[in-house]
Amino acid sequence: MVLIQGKGISKGVVRGPLYFFQRPNYDIAKVKVADVAAEKARVVEAREKSSNQLYELADKCREEAGEESAILFETHAMFCDDDDYVEAIETMLNDESCNAEYAVKEAGEQFAAMFAAMDDAYMRARSADVKDVTQRILNNLMGIAEGGIDSEEPVILCSDDLAPSETLQLDKSKILGFALTAGSSNGHTAILARTMGIPAACSLGADLKETLQGRMAYLDGETGKVVLDPDNLTIQTFKDKMEKQKKFKELMDAMKGQEDVTLDGRHINVYCNIGNPDDVAAVKNNDGQGIGLFRSEFLYLAETDYPSEEKQFQAYKKVAAAMEGKRVIIRTLDIGADKQVEYFHLKKEENPAMGVRAIRICLNNREVFRTQLRALYRASAYGKVAIMFPMITSVWEVKECKRACADVMAELDKEGVPYNKETEIGIMIETPSSIFVAPELAEEVDFFSVGTNDLTQYTLACDRQASDLGRFFDAHHPAVLRALKMAADAAHEKGIWIGICGELGADLSLLPTFLAIGIDELSVSPSSVLPLRAEIRKSIAKTCTLDALKC
Amino acid sequence: MLEFKCVINDELGIHARPAGQLAKEAKNFGETTISVTKGDKTVKASQLMKLMGLGVKKGDEVTVSAEGGDEAAAIDAMKAFFKNNFAAEI
Repeated sequence: MVLIQGKGISKGVVRGPLYFFQRPNYDIAKVKVADVAAEKARVVEAREKSSNQLYELADKCREEAGEESAILFETHAMFCDDDDYVEAIETMLNDESCNAEYAVKEAGEQFAAMFAAMDDAYMRARSADVKDVTQRILNNLMGIAEGGIDSEEPVILCSDDLAPSETLQLDKSKILGFALTAGSSNGHTAILARTMGIPAACSLGADLKETLQGRMAYLDGETGKVVLDPDNLTIQTFKDKMEKQKKFKELMDAMKGQEDVTLDGRHINVYCNIGNPDDVAAVKNNDGQGIGLFRSEFLYLAETDYPSEEKQFQAYKKVAAAMEGKRVIIRTLDIGADKQVEYFHLKKEENPAMGVRAIRICLNNREVFRTQLRALYRASAYGKVAIMFPMITSVWEVKECKRACADVMAELDKEGVPYNKETEIGIMIETPSSIFVAPELAEEVDFFSVGTNDLTQYTLACDRQASDLGRFFDAHHPAVLRALKMAADAAHEKGIWIGICGELGADLSLLPTFLAIGIDELSVSPSSVLPLRAEIRKSIAKTCTLDALKC
Repeated sequence: MLEFKCVINDELGIHARPAGQLAKEAKNFGETTISVTKGDKTVKASQLMKLMGLGVKKGDEVTVSAEGGDEAAAIDAMKAFFKNNFAAEI
């Protein structure tokens, strides 16, 4: 038996083959070749494969998503066969006698640069199309599977950690679980795993090595174990756990359609955190009563230039409409710190968590902010959209945000574009300063939502990305819980509601504390909705105490 | 050779999606060379990247020409295509 011990970051037991994530190699070296004809043939084959994949994608799209996106894939397919593009590749091969990969990369860069140099924002954005197609051809040349997983059956995906842009491209139907050699429980992969409700472990270390590719293993996302060749006793333990898991799931299914109310009649809004319009399916599956945090970063992380108003509008509208009148709280961009985007050209900072990030970027870069606000207000005509600003530390920031909103509303009025004038505005409570000035902040907004990950990091001076802080990073620290109470008291004093959209919201052991504090809303991963509902329905709010706030 | 001039009124000009369709349409007339000219630059309509590289925007005037093969059929098809896809005024 081989036991690899890590840290559990998303509960559940699965059995499947280990599969190491294939990361495309972006450093392609120029190599002289003797047989140029052979390289040409490789390019032809890779181009054909690429265009076939794209036509297949287009067909799939036409059935599932409609004509618009299908045509985009067809256009990409035509790029593969474009005369000039092909000619540029062949010229490079003839002149330089180099490897196919290098020629394709160079030709792709040449055309991408041509688009990037154009004076029209839309055309500049097309350089991303060329890069996309070029990367696909390169992947096919190098035998790297699309979405990083070349397997017929679902796998336990192994990697050091995954970047946000990488997780976006994964074929999620192929993933049974995540086994990470590095990573942390607050990392993006952990959040993704919990959103999808699939088991994951991190910090598994160097013992999880690529030579284990394809081996059958058990992954336990609660205890953080990966086990190969288990003995009979271990197999039995896992089987029992899987059986329990199944029973638990049945129990949870019975919670669907039930109200989120305590035995003594206190209603709690149980909402979901999502990072992508596709996650709405998980929200609906788990009967979430709204969306308490829709992270808008996916729009920025997946692009090579600022996403257009139209593109953002379509994404927000899709979610707002799909939620059919239930509240959808969309957070304006929270780039910076651990989420870096090249085209923002942010300066390298010694201490990015305390640097120019989130609302600070927006207030410094009004055009980016205005574009997002316009998209948000336009989407408000299609559902119950609420706007939330992250990383607030001062009252003047909120006032500036509100002025920007008022300007956008005036623009839309003038253009006769429909939007909801009553769109709620809220802020994230995630800095100690926002706690101290909470009474004044509460006068400015319609709601508070506490980001417990950052609030813990800033309150305890513990870097949430650092993996070795262990017991010092304690989200149950009385200081954090007292901060929550101070914010809640300030909110209720001014008659506004307060929620929690951080990871802590799903921590069932703290539910009595939240009920005692008077938290009105808990926004959690879709997979946490039903367990939370079951717990709420067993609770008596009146008898809950503030004991956890004592040192 | 047959040709027509038109002003592109589509908000986005000749952009990726319709440019792809135009290139496809142009390839249907294998015998005929269909070209698009903006200013002093002329490209074949079947050359998708170069076509997009023209950077045709709303309000730009372009000349579309057809030479060889069934020129008349090709130019008619192009007229219809430009009207339907780029809100072109001919």
